[in-house]
Amino acid sequence: MRKVHRGPLLGLALALVLSAPAVAQGVLRIGMTASDIPLTTGQPDNGGEGMRFMGFTAYDALINWDLSSADKASELIPGLAASWKTDDADKTKWIFTLRPDVKFHDGSAFNADAVVWNLDKLLKTDSPQYDPRQSAQGRIRIPGVTGYKALDPMTVEITTKTPDATFPYQIAWIMMSSPANWEKLGKNWDAVAKAPSGTGPWKLTGFVPRERAELVPNKEYWDKNRVPKLDRLVLVPLPEANARVAALRSGQVDWIEAPAPDAVPSLKAAGLVIVTNLYPHNWTWHLSRAEGSPWNDIRVRKAANLAVDREGLKEFLGGLATPAQGFMTPGHPWFGKPTFKLGYDPAAAKKLLKEAGYGPDKPIKTKVLISASGSGQMQPLPMNEFLQQNLAEVGINVEFEVTEWNTLINIWRAGAKADSARGGTAMNYSYLIQDPFTAFIRHAQCNLAPPNGTNWGYYCDPEMDKLFDAVRTTFDPKEQLTVLQKVHEKFVDDALFLMVTHDVNPRAMSPKVKGFVQAQSWYQDLTPITMAK
Amino acid sequence: MILFILKRIGYAAPVALGVSLVCFLLVHLAPGDPLSAILPVDATAEMQAQMRAAYGFDKPLPVQYGIWLWKVLHGDLGNSIATGRPVLAEVSRAVGNSLILAASATLIGFTFGTFFGFVAGYARDSWLDRVASAVAVFGVSVPHYWLGIVLVIIFSANLGWLPPTGAGPQGSGNWWPDLEHLRYLVLPAVTMSVIPMGVISRTVRALVGDILHQDFVQALRAKGLSEFGVFRHVVKNAAPTAIAIMGLQLGYLLGGSILVETVFAWPGTGFLLNAAIFQRDLPLLQGTILVLAMFFVTLNLLVDVVQTALDPRIERA
Repeated sequence: MRKVHRGPLLGLALALVLSAPAVAQGVLRIGMTASDIPLTTGQPDNGGEGMRFMGFTAYDALINWDLSSADKASELIPGLAASWKTDDADKTKWIFTLRPDVKFHDGSAFNADAVVWNLDKLLKTDSPQYDPRQSAQGRIRIPGVTGYKALDPMTVEITTKTPDATFPYQIAWIMMSSPANWEKLGKNWDAVAKAPSGTGPWKLTGFVPRERAELVPNKEYWDKNRVPKLDRLVLVPLPEANARVAALRSGQVDWIEAPAPDAVPSLKAAGLVIVTNLYPHNWTWHLSRAEGSPWNDIRVRKAANLAVDREGLKEFLGGLATPAQGFMTPGHPWFGKPTFKLGYDPAAAKKLLKEAGYGPDKPIKTKVLISASGSGQMQPLPMNEFLQQNLAEVGINVEFEVTEWNTLINIWRAGAKADSARGGTAMNYSYLIQDPFTAFIRHAQCNLAPPNGTNWGYYCDPEMDKLFDAVRTTFDPKEQLTVLQKVHEKFVDDALFLMVTHDVNPRAMSPKVKGFVQAQSWYQDLTPITMAK
Repeated sequence: MILFILKRIGYAAPVALGVSLVCFLLVHLAPGDPLSAILPVDATAEMQAQMRAAYGFDKPLPVQYGIWLWKVLHGDLGNSIATGRPVLAEVSRAVGNSLILAASATLIGFTFGTFFGFVAGYARDSWLDRVASAVAVFGVSVPHYWLGIVLVIIFSANLGWLPPTGAGPQGSGNWWPDLEHLRYLVLPAVTMSVIPMGVISRTVRALVGDILHQDFVQALRAKGLSEFGVFRHVVKNAAPTAIAIMGLQLGYLLGGSILVETVFAWPGTGFLLNAAIFQRDLPLLQGTILVLAMFFVTLNLLVDVVQTALDPRIERA
């Protein structure tokens, strides 16, 4: 029998093991769900994840989000603007007083001209720095802007079409990139993408498309309390959920976004930490109010909302969900005091359906549009089947039209009356509900029905429109809060949506990651984080 | 022979044109909006129309195809919608990475496949044949993405020996076959190699078994040729068919594997295709598919030429 020479094999195995890279202290490696590094030039793509990792890391907006607390919903705070107000005589004019002594990463000064230059970058198509890619991301966020100018080196005036008290939320989307850096790099945004310059707490130093980005602290950051404590931050796109889990389990990364719920027990068993928190997200069925839709009857809408076993669904999702108590997350400042309680009460649901003329002999039969996957959609197939079963128990028989996620987005844009809706009377859609427009107005303002906006269900109630007008024209924050609470109360009391659950933004990380506070936001602050030895 | 090669190149040209048309049409017939990758979901209809016009998606399909083909013929595959980067640069980088993976998987798969095939073919119906055939059947039938996940669980998650994702500690930039980078290559290469190993092993086994029962082998042995000499004749007779199969397998490997490259986040053509599909990045999708299809066309051409060189009867036919 031939003798097996195991020496070389063992030697190779040993060499492979010993050559494992030493993890540098103070380096945080994050596995993102994105398939590419978000756009680095200023206005990132890839939605909330892009803003989280390539927006508020390398850049600032005039108004930033307070990401320091896990216990309350994030609020707007001064960013590159130290203060802002409307013109007393003309509420369409917003005056921003800029923060002094702020430098871009390239050493150039941030001033009013830089703000005007950045707005031209997004809005003025004939300006040399106009960038269609950044414009596609940013322009939609500031639709009401009609003009802007520098009043002096540290003061900017921005004009909106009509008085709009929600404008601070809009301008918080707009990141400021360095005009001097763009000039220096030959006025070429592709070159800027490799060596960008913002004012943010992190500076991009390395960039391999689709593979990794490296950022180091900006030691000159204007907010000394937010100078990053880490030596380095590495971002790795890992779109496949199992690949992210494997990378974390093997120590290749220290943190992964959105672990699959079924991987959570094994991650916990391996000593890894699962961090969750509420954030402005909801998972709903957006109901059609087009003619013939069964959801035009408030009793049917309320019945559906009472038929859903939200706690059971949470258990089904391994605890990674927060049952909806309304449209906004529980405890949100805008929540108010709705009188309709979203409990699980099939008997009450059946009673309401009976009052509406339905019953065991005459069940509601309707079609709902859902996707098999999608950004923010959690686990859409099993979750919708769970709801289907709940609703069938009270006499609402739902048939699903399953479409691919991008197709569903197009159906959503086209509206419930469009042929593309294929007779669907509801759509399962997850929403970012971060500001008055994204949370309420876009879904329910009469004149935002398609093609003018994304009021998919063609809901229209003059009373609600009056409330929206009040939101826009109430400039006192406390008074505006009261109006927003009224809006939310109406959303819930009129059961405008089938309100089901909120995602809890799960992320898994090594126990070595210290100091992270998961804010109730789509964005997160990575500056306080350290890595334990 | 030169005439034969010229004729084959002549046949390849319309095939390439057909491939370009099919890949353009397939990509455009797929559902989804190519602008969804760059437009926020709540972009207005006006902005969608503006972007559609800016990218030329408002033109009729034949016009779009003509413009695209003209650019392709001039070496320009356009720019990715999602990233804005030139498709040629994206595909070139990905092809380079897939080549590394394919070469490694080829080395493993072809070597072991041929070895197991010959062992099984020579020792037909023995326990050696059964073991080698079992390995081959395993290779052909096991879903390689599943094998990849299992290997990751064992060697990355549990043992921590090998990294589960990526092409190197600093990504694929400056890739060099040193130990540090080879560690990243082991798991995806082994995973990729199982199917070609199984296919080649079964093909070679059947060929060898068949050839060994042919009259000329008995004649060679009767003439007193050494067993090694007989072996050389068996190899030469098995080679044309085996090479044809290997050519196809090499084509599949060079094309990358969406599943394997996604499981291991290996930045090759499969990974790129996956991203392009999910982002509806039509220029990137078209460019990548076209380049991969051209690989197949070229490989088939090369295989035909090599086969003819090995067996001149093919040319005559």
